[in-house]
Amino acid sequence: MIDQQERARVGVSIRQATKSYGPFRALDDVSLDVAQGEFVSILGPSGSGKTTLLGILGGFVQPSAGSIWLGNRDITFEPPHKREIGIVFQNYALFPHMSVGENITFPLRARRLPKATWPDRLASALEMVELTGYENRKIHELSGGQRQRVALARAMIFEPGLILMDEPLSALDKQLRENMQIELKRLHKRLGSTIIYVTHDQREALTMSDRVAIMNRGKLVQVDTPERLHDHPANTFVARFIGEATLLPVQRESDSVVRLGQQALKTAHPMPAGSNLHLVVHSEKLVVADGSEPEASNRLSGTVTDTLYQGESIRVFVKLDDGGEMSFRLPSNHAGRALMKSPGEAITLALHPEDTVIVPEAG
Amino acid sequence: MLLAPALLVVVVLLVLPLLWLAWQSVRQDGGFTLAHYERFLTDPVYWMTFLQTFRIAAIVTAMTVLLGYPVAYVAAGLSQRWSIVVLTMVLLPFWTSVLVRAYAWLILLQRNGIINSALTGSGLIDAPLKLVNNEFGTVMATIHILLPFMVLPLYATMKKIPGELTMAGASLGGSPLHVFLRVFLPLSLPGMIAGMVLVFVLTLGFYITPELLGGGRTYMVSMLVSRNIEVYNEWGAASSISVVLMVCVFLIFRLVSLLIPFERIMGTR
Repeated sequence: MIDQQERARVGVSIRQATKSYGPFRALDDVSLDVAQGEFVSILGPSGSGKTTLLGILGGFVQPSAGSIWLGNRDITFEPPHKREIGIVFQNYALFPHMSVGENITFPLRARRLPKATWPDRLASALEMVELTGYENRKIHELSGGQRQRVALARAMIFEPGLILMDEPLSALDKQLRENMQIELKRLHKRLGSTIIYVTHDQREALTMSDRVAIMNRGKLVQVDTPERLHDHPANTFVARFIGEATLLPVQRESDSVVRLGQQALKTAHPMPAGSNLHLVVHSEKLVVADGSEPEASNRLSGTVTDTLYQGESIRVFVKLDDGGEMSFRLPSNHAGRALMKSPGEAITLALHPEDTVIVPEAG
Repeated sequence: MLLAPALLVVVVLLVLPLLWLAWQSVRQDGGFTLAHYERFLTDPVYWMTFLQTFRIAAIVTAMTVLLGYPVAYVAAGLSQRWSIVVLTMVLLPFWTSVLVRAYAWLILLQRNGIINSALTGSGLIDAPLKLVNNEFGTVMATIHILLPFMVLPLYATMKKIPGELTMAGASLGGSPLHVFLRVFLPLSLPGMIAGMVLVFVLTLGFYITPELLGGGRTYMVSMLVSRNIEVYNEWGAASSISVVLMVCVFLIFRLVSLLIPFERIMGTR
């Protein structure tokens, strides 16, 4: 038996996990180390292998190759009920025939813990998710957010070293989802458990995680901090997936310069290998060139094609003289409006070399 | 308005005959009488027949649960294609006449039938077993005929239990047995109760299997009705028995509907 202290501190190690269904590889040689106490999101489009990875971690899917470690314990062939991993399912998977209290104490009953210890643990679990006094409620009497929190309390009451969350917020409306994101983050800070969080919502992943693992077609494409992912995507797939980016094909000129049509663009970052290169332009990195921008900035000229008022900002679409279309944002304040152009007018935009990101085509 | 034709059919073909039946049971020689009902209290053949009928119904119900639950469980766990195969196999006998199936059992179970000759031929037994013309044969054939009524509601209920629930149970530390007893079984209970009600009630009114396979020793309520008409030409007595049986069935439905809603028994929800 692992003692409490030890159990609360385990990290997870996925080593070269592969899952094949006939010739199809749902998971292709995935290795990922998650430190104890870390919050890592698995982000990817549907069919990217997220669910398979989660199934392998939970013990519901057997990997075709590779191994899974929880701390220094090889759990690859452990059945789910012996893994000590708390899982919060997409639709919460609460037991409809049990009350809130019975749901939350299910792990204690399953472990045959003495009944005398239940009330204290139930009370503190309910307090943790701010549902004190709800233990006798029926599941169908709860709102979506409350169900979510019951599922969370149930997955945490047995103090698992690792908690898996499978799109736990996807069934909630936007407002509630954002509140729960903050709540989850706070809870994670307080409890210090290791969390692997599966989502297809990039904003959610960026907001909550210490690191984000991007998956595509069964492979890990990039595992990085949210900042690194956003500012330095590994390839065109990540760049398209994260943020509001326009990708424009460019030609390599030298180790620090690319060419977009006739225009030479400097970058402050190492040039990726290969010939199939793309410039990643995030709309927030572009500014209108009015002479106040740094001298070293790259300049892109074009014609305004459309403007879109979006409340806090105005999105301006520009057709570049050297081909390609992109958009940038102006704050919808006085200074922003002063720089506004109408459709049809010429405009010059500045992009700092630090913000000039070149990525290779996704393989 | 759209209900009118159906309503008319029910009233003309069901309600009116039933009322006529009830009317018959309290009439004798042009006057009102409770004589037919008094017989339930005085004639031991009556209440012993009811007792045997209820006992057979209970045995058949219990056996269909034991046999049907695993079938439904397996079918519900299989992929769409294979569960259709299993369910088709369950339903296949359903498409042949009850009479044919009862005679088939007679051939299988009789003294020099297939089962007995196989057993004596292999030396397992010396003398043929008495498998038919008794309660055993009746129960056996009735179970076979009514099994689909247990499997189908069970299957429908089990299909609606999300797979995530058993996965959640396992991830929370429940062994497969624990998860089955605490999660799956309670959630499949409505289907089981529905199946039990259907099988129990249908057995109460069964006629062909006790008549053909009971060998005169198994006397069920439906046979009491037919004897009264065929042998004694006593329509009043036959009607009173039918009315009492019908009241029993109504009571069973009423009692069970206190447990689970009626719509669920009939599988409409």
